[in-house]
Amino acid sequence: MIEPQAAPAAEPATGQALVEAENLKVHFPITSGLFQRTVGAVRAVDDITFDIRKGETLGLVGESGCGKSTTGRALIRLRELTDGVVRFDGVDLTTLKRDQLRKMRRRMQIIFQDPYSSLNPRMTVGSIISEPIETHNLASGRGKLERVKELLALVGLNPNYTNRYPHEFSGGQRQRIGVARSLAVEPEFIVCDEPISALDVSIQAQVLNLLVELREQFGLTYLFIAHDLSVVRHISDRIGVMYLGKVVELGPPAAIYETPAHPYTRALLSAVPIPDPRAERRRKRVILTGDVPSPANPPSGCRFHTRCWLYERLGRPENCRTDDPELRIVQPDHRAACHYAEDAMQSDVGVAHIGAEPIKRKAFGAGPGAHKPVADDSVPATLVTGVAPDEGTGGGTGGSGTGGAAPPE
Amino acid sequence: MTATDDDRRVDPGSPAVAELPDTEKLPEAVSLETEEGRRLAAQLADEKARHARKLLEVRDLSTQFFTKDGVVHAVDRVSFELDYGETLGLVGESGCGKSVTALSLTRLVPDPPGKITSGEVIFDGVDIMKLSSEEMRLLRGKRIGFIFQDPMTSLNPTLTIGFQIAESARLHLGLSNRAANDRAVELLSKVGIPRARDRMGDYPHQFSGGMRQRVMIAIALACDPMLLLADEPTTALDVTIQAQILELIRSLSDEFGTAVILITHDLGIAAGMCHRVNVMYAGQIVETGVVDDLFENPRMPYAWGLLDSLPRLDEERGSRLRTIEGMPPDLIHVGDDCRFAPRCPYSRDICLEDEPQLTEREGPDHLARCWGTEPGRAWIE
Amino acid sequence: MAVQSTTIDRKLAERPPASLWRDAFERLLRNRLAILGAVIVLLLILLAVFGPFITPYEYSQTDTQLVREARGPANPGEAGHLFGTDILGRDLLSRIMDGARISMTVALVVQVTVLLIGVPIGALAGWFGGRIDNLLMRFTDITYAFPDLLFIILLTVVFKDTWFGGAMDGLLLVFVAIGIVSWVGVARLVRGQMLSLKETEYVEAARAIGVPDRKIVTRHLLPNAIGPIIVAVTLGIPGAILAEALLAFIGIGANPPRASWGTLITDGQTWMSSEPHLLLFPAIAIALALLSFTFLGDGLRDALDPKLKGKQ
Repeated sequence: MIEPQAAPAAEPATGQALVEAENLKVHFPITSGLFQRTVGAVRAVDDITFDIRKGETLGLVGESGCGKSTTGRALIRLRELTDGVVRFDGVDLTTLKRDQLRKMRRRMQIIFQDPYSSLNPRMTVGSIISEPIETHNLASGRGKLERVKELLALVGLNPNYTNRYPHEFSGGQRQRIGVARSLAVEPEFIVCDEPISALDVSIQAQVLNLLVELREQFGLTYLFIAHDLSVVRHISDRIGVMYLGKVVELGPPAAIYETPAHPYTRALLSAVPIPDPRAERRRKRVILTGDVPSPANPPSGCRFHTRCWLYERLGRPENCRTDDPELRIVQPDHRAACHYAEDAMQSDVGVAHIGAEPIKRKAFGAGPGAHKPVADDSVPATLVTGVAPDEGTGGGTGGSGTGGAAPPE
Repeated sequence: MTATDDDRRVDPGSPAVAELPDTEKLPEAVSLETEEGRRLAAQLADEKARHARKLLEVRDLSTQFFTKDGVVHAVDRVSFELDYGETLGLVGESGCGKSVTALSLTRLVPDPPGKITSGEVIFDGVDIMKLSSEEMRLLRGKRIGFIFQDPMTSLNPTLTIGFQIAESARLHLGLSNRAANDRAVELLSKVGIPRARDRMGDYPHQFSGGMRQRVMIAIALACDPMLLLADEPTTALDVTIQAQILELIRSLSDEFGTAVILITHDLGIAAGMCHRVNVMYAGQIVETGVVDDLFENPRMPYAWGLLDSLPRLDEERGSRLRTIEGMPPDLIHVGDDCRFAPRCPYSRDICLEDEPQLTEREGPDHLARCWGTEPGRAWIE
Repeated sequence: MAVQSTTIDRKLAERPPASLWRDAFERLLRNRLAILGAVIVLLLILLAVFGPFITPYEYSQTDTQLVREARGPANPGEAGHLFGTDILGRDLLSRIMDGARISMTVALVVQVTVLLIGVPIGALAGWFGGRIDNLLMRFTDITYAFPDLLFIILLTVVFKDTWFGGAMDGLLLVFVAIGIVSWVGVARLVRGQMLSLKETEYVEAARAIGVPDRKIVTRHLLPNAIGPIIVAVTLGIPGAILAEALLAFIGIGANPPRASWGTLITDGQTWMSSEPHLLLFPAIAIALALLSFTFLGDGLRDALDPKLKGKQ
């Protein structure tokens, strides 16, 4: 893993849909008073339709409160739908009985954002990972333990850590435990709900690489939810952009990042910081004014019109205020929900940096200067066995820092 | 360890500094006989003196935390300088000491368990370490403004926004109630809060996260400070709101000539905001340089690896991300070695035996702490 | 400090696995005051269990020698009575030891009652939420608002002649009554715990896996809610002991010749000026018990509080 190899980009998935959402709505009632009368609803997800094809990774981006996490949970029925249909491999999940749904859960899983609250602090790593195995009677006794160890090794952790507790691990390691738990049932589809946003920069890349490797190895289908557009672009085959409970744009990365057709997507793109000072200076920024409106009381017509720069530029056309734009095809396999998508596509807002030469650096960790890290020699053998050279070895390499030479053994 | 980083520092001709005005070249029309002339001359002399020195000079600053498990070397012999009006980035991952550095600069380190154990901090010609706590308090409110990650913890929920902004102006500038209120309204509209006068009576919870951060900025700027310390000011905010706040900080710092120390883990933010960047790792500055130079030609493998591990909007997609393996060391057991050596793919024996110093590299004001790129020894291309 | 995670990782290879319980226990052992409390509590429990076998006298036995001499109560240390005797010549130490029995029984019965009522109500309200939650919590509010003393007196009057009223010399009825008026706090605590734990991502993960509800409650919710419950129960004991003493003081509870610490204090205050030891010793006993339970409860809270976890 020291020598990075370019993973082949996942093949463009044109096959059949694995997950289909049709007119998906999730509203949370707002209640008040002694008898909890419903006085309104937070329209977290409001009538969205899309599908995820077998073997593809669909990225879902948007700001907090746009409904992306709720969408992810609704797809695997962790949230009850207010309206609409979710089909998994052709089966309508909304009509499933309790037991049927429980069986279905083997095929779809979720990875959470917060590595600290997603693992039960009172359970050992072993029992956390074996819970799904027991629940679906996949193995028992000796076989179960073997399977748990195999899963730990798979995500790059020491298989001997089964009797450890979550608080003994770092954030990145805990996230790996969470990944192992979701893999335990051998799912086909995994909702990754901001799996790396809580991690440190240098650990993010490690976990992201792990997710990509597992996808290749098991042919997984991902719904990858994030607020970081660069991360989503890196991992996704198609990308959906959400704003206030609606999907406003959907298409392959090339379309979304090079010819975005929704003014919101363009604004988002122009707001993402790029770690390249020259690109930063060259960019044409659109700073959106104001805050995201409340999903309990969304604006009329197009929900984005209250902050839309194109709306202002076009002289505030009336249909933006009155008609809710449909998610329509603007290019092959590229949809956008904007009355004036064609005008948006002609602008250079948010894409001005493209085409300019990016910073050229020699790749880190490559080239003749590199040789094997000295640190590897000082890692105790017990720690290295079956462990990917990531944080798992941190305990050992940290030891070399004390005196500079003697391994801790 | 006796040699300090300071010995090896070169005097940088920082491009951020404007041309020095020269009293020798006073326009002939200005006569020192007239009062106007004397005033102008004095002003120029003053400005020259200012440009000769830095706004902030930090030398060998160390801050340690005395915990049950041992002494944590949170900030270890950090030296850097900041020009008037310059924006300096302090970049690194959590636990690298960037926030503690900022707290140490203003002597806000929680004591116990923390303690500034060595070093001097010269702010506008004054040694901060020698000030009384009362003088320090005045300096903090008046000449150094703060913006923190979570505005909710620094705003008092029981007082109105207007009062909290005006209070600072009243206290430090000696303004009357009415004048302080007017100043508060002016500041609120300056930071982009619509209907500023109407919102003076609102409480913090009535504002959204982005708006609260604007209020924090208004408070920080209430006394027209010379330095703004922004500690992860946008980490809690959404990307479009983050862009608003960064733009605000940038334009205000231009307008008022305020120097900014921007603490962030986001290299993209540093790239877009800063003139110069200090990269921190395990309590030390490992590389510093003018932003373009640093991002294009990092001379320390950690900074390099960090830059390479980011997926970027403007690059080919689909490739495997390069990663820095392992985790940062704990800061209790530090020795005379390169702290990054255990994770460094380029490390050699010397890296574990001797601690590299921050030394000069090619490029303007570019220093790095790495044996592998040290001139005369370098084995890293 | 953020260095904490790496510190832990460095130690990970060397030390045995540490469950939160074990960590909490180690933290508790480091807390001297809590250990002092625990030791005294343990002594009191031993006293309550084995008291009858080690008391120097029967609690109701009158020192006939003293009576024959027709003198007042013995002072502490006199005539083989370490704590002296009461007005009727009964050994005070023995009576206090018997009182400890009553107080420990109060602690046990009241808190068991509290747990039996409070935990199910809180758990049901928190787990189901919505209408059930609303209903149960309004019921809880009503219970809370009802005057405690009135309720206890009513209960003792109503059940006076039943089997329940007669059990343990009528003491059981009083204890259960105290429990019935004290469960509100625990119910609210458990409900709050359930509500917040239900939203945690590990519970959501269990749902996503398809773990049955029953197992989610027993495996994920209760083990994480139990820490605060233990603390609340321990800290509730002094209140229960005090409640019993207060009731005894106004004449509800232990019937002569049995005496709880409360009745001993009542009797003692009558002779306060001439025989101060009759008030002093029971008062010290009750204060010691209250303090010990409070120290232990505080120590448990500090040890179990996950917010302190890792911040040494």
